[in-house]
Amino acid sequence: MSDAFVSGKPDGPRPSDCLVRYQPKPRGQLKIQVESKVDVLFGRSIKALTEQTLTELGITHGLLEIDDDGALPFVLQARIEAAIKKAYPDLEAASLPQIQSHARYPGSRQRFRRSRMYVPGAQPKLMLNVGLHQPDGVILDLEDSVAPAEKSSARLIVRNALRTLDFFGAEKMVRINQGARGMADLEAIIPQPVHLVLIPKVETAYQIRLVDEKIAEISAASGRHEPVYLMPIIESALGVLNALSIAQGSENNVALAIGLEDYTADLGVQRTSEGSESFFARSMLVNAARASGLQAMATVFSDVQDMEGLRAAALEAKALGFDGMGAIHPRQIAVINGAFTPTADEIEQAQRVVLAYDDAQAKGLGVVALGSKMIDPPVVKQAQHTVDLALATGILAEEWKREK
Amino acid sequence: MKLIKNSAGRLVPNEVNGVPQTPFMGVGKYRPSGAQAAPPIRSCADYPPDGDKRIASLKAALEKCGLRDGMTISSHHHFRNGDLLMVPVFEAAAQLGVKELRWFPSAAFPCHEPLIEHMKKGTISWVEGSLNGPLGRFASYGGMNGMAVLRSHGGRWQAVQDGEVHIDIAVLAAPTADSFGNATGDRGPSACGLLGFGLADSLYADRSIVVTDNLVPFPCVPWQIMGQNIDYVVELDRIGDPQKIVSGTTRLTKSPDRLLIAELTARFVQAAGIMREGFSFQAGAGGTALAFAIYLKELMLKAGVKARFIRGGSTKYLVEMLEAGLTDYILDGQTFDLEGVRSMRENPGHINTSPFTSYNYHGKGNFAGMVDVVVLGATEVDVNFNANVATHSDGVLLHGIGGWQNCLFANCTILPIPAFRNRIPIIVDEVTTLCGPGELIDVIVTERGIAINPRREDLIAATKGSGLPIRPIEEIKAEVDALVGGPPDKPELSEEVVGVVKWVDGTVLDSIFRVNNN
Repeated sequence: MSDAFVSGKPDGPRPSDCLVRYQPKPRGQLKIQVESKVDVLFGRSIKALTEQTLTELGITHGLLEIDDDGALPFVLQARIEAAIKKAYPDLEAASLPQIQSHARYPGSRQRFRRSRMYVPGAQPKLMLNVGLHQPDGVILDLEDSVAPAEKSSARLIVRNALRTLDFFGAEKMVRINQGARGMADLEAIIPQPVHLVLIPKVETAYQIRLVDEKIAEISAASGRHEPVYLMPIIESALGVLNALSIAQGSENNVALAIGLEDYTADLGVQRTSEGSESFFARSMLVNAARASGLQAMATVFSDVQDMEGLRAAALEAKALGFDGMGAIHPRQIAVINGAFTPTADEIEQAQRVVLAYDDAQAKGLGVVALGSKMIDPPVVKQAQHTVDLALATGILAEEWKREK
Repeated sequence: MKLIKNSAGRLVPNEVNGVPQTPFMGVGKYRPSGAQAAPPIRSCADYPPDGDKRIASLKAALEKCGLRDGMTISSHHHFRNGDLLMVPVFEAAAQLGVKELRWFPSAAFPCHEPLIEHMKKGTISWVEGSLNGPLGRFASYGGMNGMAVLRSHGGRWQAVQDGEVHIDIAVLAAPTADSFGNATGDRGPSACGLLGFGLADSLYADRSIVVTDNLVPFPCVPWQIMGQNIDYVVELDRIGDPQKIVSGTTRLTKSPDRLLIAELTARFVQAAGIMREGFSFQAGAGGTALAFAIYLKELMLKAGVKARFIRGGSTKYLVEMLEAGLTDYILDGQTFDLEGVRSMRENPGHINTSPFTSYNYHGKGNFAGMVDVVVLGATEVDVNFNANVATHSDGVLLHGIGGWQNCLFANCTILPIPAFRNRIPIIVDEVTTLCGPGELIDVIVTERGIAINPRREDLIAATKGSGLPIRPIEEIKAEVDALVGGPPDKPELSEEVVGVVKWVDGTVLDSIFRVNNN
């Protein structure tokens, strides 16, 4: 089997996934062999989809073997295509599942991005229900969480997931690879219903422009009209120092994110829980983002058992000026959302400020006062932001002013 | 034998293993009559005057009990997958050259796989009891020389009490016992908590053997099995593997989806107004049920609400609630971990119960029906809220019924289950095997929404405006079917009946058909 082309984890178990092996033959029959744990219930469906996929790819010879552990159709389709394309790298044809209506919903530049949940691109099982945990964003990751052998498969799994899965209103994000591989990722991703692309290890504004231009080119070719928002991730000393120009590198930038594992490695220091070694970088990033009208995104908290530690880290990030944080386990989402959501006291105070401002406007007063205190315009702006967040997260009703 | 349609519309045999059957007539419709079964009258003249009933070996004890072809040997499953007793028992029977035995355990586990050989050789004809794992699979493919009869814990007591199953010899694994036959499960190297599943056997069997690996001088107190019901005592080096007696089921789930389901379930219980001062609940030992108990505990603490009683199987999570004063009592049917065992020994509020007090339907009431809310599992649910716990969607029998059917009589029955497992949808048009009628199942909680049985208008009204994702069951089903590329095909099952599911009143609720081996 040394001459076979493979997509999938070589050793089982592979819940909700499968392994596909393709052995090309120049002539003779096309042979399909399927072993499935759900054969009794889905054997016919697997066979039919396999034949359809091979037809769409124009494959008429060879041996295709599938070892299935309950892969959903979009996964099966992606893995077959991935194995075939390992054999025929120049094959242009694709086998695309239909875009589901629930997969397409509008994005927005200003939306809240408190939690963004990372899901490895080669682990479809983790994608199926992730939206149910209500993250503000789902990141289908093609970069660090995907092993080199699975890179090309992950790209197609993510492409198909974007077309078929329901993420229940979460912003649909993809983290692409660096360099040429990242450009190829864009080819697969941009024509799909996707809202935002995370660009890893950004050190200069030039990198952003390359991605932006590539996206424009693919959008034009594929008839895409909606913008693709960008979130550069800064993960090095040079990136930190260039944060402002990176932030201003594209009109499509909506947020700056920081990755501290690589950053501390770059500095040659240990990452500590207090984080004094990264204080400058985090502060720099927040300032660069604010100065450019972008949101600032904190890094992930890697101990998935320690919910108290996570809460503390999120509150610290919020205190530094960050708007959101990465999550690597669905149970982290509620904690992060909670930390970045204003407290009842904060909302109460913000409401009073906003009402006082409205009152001053109505009376044509130039100065806003709350009791005996004067309120400066930035305080009004901050209060409005807090109220918006409370509205967006359903804590405040739209008609709150009438109730007051 | 012929198949007839019962009131649930399922085809069931009118005769099982030579015994005429009553088809299921509807919940609460069948009325028993006559008197209970009774064991033979014995005399002290035939027992050792010093009370020492010890016999040297299992084989000798079985011989003394008069073991012969066609008899029924019963056992309890308090050791779960850590039972080291029943394989040697049937090996001894095989050495005695006995054939065509019926094994009547309260449940069989994967550790009993070696007994398949004894079924192939003819020592055992068939097994009547909950079949978990390999024995269930063996039965599914038509391997047994008789039908598997699946009963609930309460149904097992009912069958023994009503004389439907006559036990010739009961073999009772006892973590601690004295030479008179008094026995307890709450101490000893194989401690399992209690011995309630063996109680009926000790009361109704013709002969009963207590087997222990921890013999103490008379009296063994407090006793859970009374020596007055015991014929012989056998001492062995080891009868159970403590690691497996308490492991497996008590692990808290780490699956984020299951945690979400557990959290939604707890929130539902609060929103429906069930979680109020003095309420009661029961949750099993599956990962999701355990997580439910933990979320409910948080909500109870926040609301300052205390339960009157919690029904076990107990775990350390329930023990924590008892010891924190969040409940007055644990009414326990089995202990799933060592903390449960310890608490049963130490806490006066941790009460030992049996299938008679908890579950028996042919009695003057039982505890399970008095519970405010019960949280149970299922392998499948259909759009009419009928549920299956025994077979999988491919028709293979893999699980016992346990106390599940009996618990359905709680005031509110909730099944928290994932909407699909590995591409297989859990909500179907019609369950493969009917184990619980939909009229007794009130709420299905999945990660994709909560479906309330339309019969429960009270629950629908109470949870309106709660912010919980309450949706029609058909809608959740349609969403999952679309996701998995289904609905799935139905398995092609043979017309041969290899097992039946009994209802709590002894009537036949459904048949299990042989799975084609292709």
